[in-house]
Amino acid sequence: MLILVAFAVGEGALPIFSHEGFQFITGTDWNAVYGRESFGALPYIIGTLLSSAIAMAIGVPISLGIAIFVTEMAPHRISTPLSFVVELLAAVPSIIYGLWALFVFRFWIRDLIERPLYEHLSWIPFFDKTPFGLDIFTAGIVLSIMIIPIISSITREILRVVPNSQREAAYSLGATRWGTLRTAVFPYAKSGILGASFLGLGRAIGETILVTMIIGNAIGPAAIPTTLFSQGQSLASLIANEFNEAASDLHLSALIGLGAILLLLSMVINIGARLMVSRMVKAVPGGRE
Amino acid sequence: MPAKEISKPISEATGPTGESSPLKEISVSTVETTKRIDEPPRRSKVSIKGINAWFGSKQALKNISLEIEENAATAFMGPSGCGKTTLIRCLNRMHEMTPGAKAKGQVILDGIDIYDKSIDPVIIKRRIGMVFQKPNPFPTMSIFDNVAAGLKLNGVKDKKLIKEIVEESLEGAGLWEEVKNELDKPGMGLSGGQQQRLCIARALAMQPEVLLMDEPTSALDPIASSKIEELVHQLKKHLTIIIVTHNMQQAARVADHAAFMYLGEMIEFGKTLQIFQYPKQELTEKFVSGKFG
Repeated sequence: MLILVAFAVGEGALPIFSHEGFQFITGTDWNAVYGRESFGALPYIIGTLLSSAIAMAIGVPISLGIAIFVTEMAPHRISTPLSFVVELLAAVPSIIYGLWALFVFRFWIRDLIERPLYEHLSWIPFFDKTPFGLDIFTAGIVLSIMIIPIISSITREILRVVPNSQREAAYSLGATRWGTLRTAVFPYAKSGILGASFLGLGRAIGETILVTMIIGNAIGPAAIPTTLFSQGQSLASLIANEFNEAASDLHLSALIGLGAILLLLSMVINIGARLMVSRMVKAVPGGRE
Repeated sequence: MPAKEISKPISEATGPTGESSPLKEISVSTVETTKRIDEPPRRSKVSIKGINAWFGSKQALKNISLEIEENAATAFMGPSGCGKTTLIRCLNRMHEMTPGAKAKGQVILDGIDIYDKSIDPVIIKRRIGMVFQKPNPFPTMSIFDNVAAGLKLNGVKDKKLIKEIVEESLEGAGLWEEVKNELDKPGMGLSGGQQQRLCIARALAMQPEVLLMDEPTSALDPIASSKIEELVHQLKKHLTIIIVTHNMQQAARVADHAAFMYLGEMIEFGKTLQIFQYPKQELTEKFVSGKFG
């Protein structure tokens, strides 16, 4: 199946790679006007990676916190409804998140987070742009909300299978709750938590419609984010934006080319994650910290 | 020659190798008797006063009281489900970590009630070590780190000190000679018996005053078990040991005192010899003679 998809995408993307060569990956222009066609995917690769990175930076710690709270701290009568609610979030279609973000949430982000950051920290290049609300930062935050249920529910299951004998071993040495987490629970669950995070990352990288609605949809060199509050574009969102109105075969091929890059990117991350997990599983038992 | 030997003071009579065996037996037993007469009555290290414990609404322990002698081994025995494990888990406040479980009563360690509201259960566990039914070394840690885990958890940073204590503890657990060249290897690579001794070393590294052992040999083969039993004999010279066992022979071999429990109640408690040879209760007699349990 994967081979079939890869083959189709590769075939569709062939014209653009023969037209642009390596420029397709490193270039920044995006011009579909007949006779002046020029396509470069770099801004969208950066947009994809940056928005996903923001989503991970926010989503992973919160997911871990939820999973730890539910499995290790909360009494049963709180933990059961809480994990139910968090899982319900996973069932919300991404377009609903998109609509909500577009009409409601982006104003909250703009007024409550971006503006204070801009006013007080604009000397940091990241924050040096008048915030608008439809930008990479917002996309990252909404993506994080979308991946939190996935990461936290998998992490919760992983923490649940850590044997109680491990926790008791730490407690019997006079460990506090935090000490027990650090000594007995995390080392045991580390590779699983990493795997869960990468599953979330895969989701964030490929997410299309939600990102299309809120990332700002910049095109060409302008889509290279100079700040976190810049309008950007991800690979998936550009495909969604232009696929219906592809002006020429070359334009279409360029969009499929973006798809090829996206496919490659998520494969590389996936394989990288797998390697990392397996290396950790092998390396950890012997090694000192 | 033999006549001369007998006339010698007892302390000398135990020494020479040329003794005939009956003489040896006599002198050994004399030594023990004199020792018992000379020594003042041993101090009580832990006194358990009216402990009750529950799992949810089910009562697992019913008003248990007994005195644990210092630097001796005390065994809790009884058939499965009699509450012996619950009782030992009440002694370091581990019982209440199980969801829905609670305990009430007093456990007095050197004059301090560990169930007093002002006492932090974390501190108690530093003074009272515990070894569990199944060996549970930390699987991601090396042998060294396993033993050092408690020290690191409690903020000991001095590497030299940690190294010393790790070596001491492994020696104390009779494991040093076997692992001294592979301290970096994972603790999980050891055999079951070695893993259990690693867990004992891990507990010893905290320099506890009391060591609780919850059926420490139930997952081990006879040879590994006998090593652990030997270790109990060594350790009780400096440490108060409480051991849970459903193996009567083991209780008879290692313990100075034994408690027999049945259905959450303390049926009989006394010197091990008395419990096994002259039990006062009919139930105890049935249990030690193997009629049930």
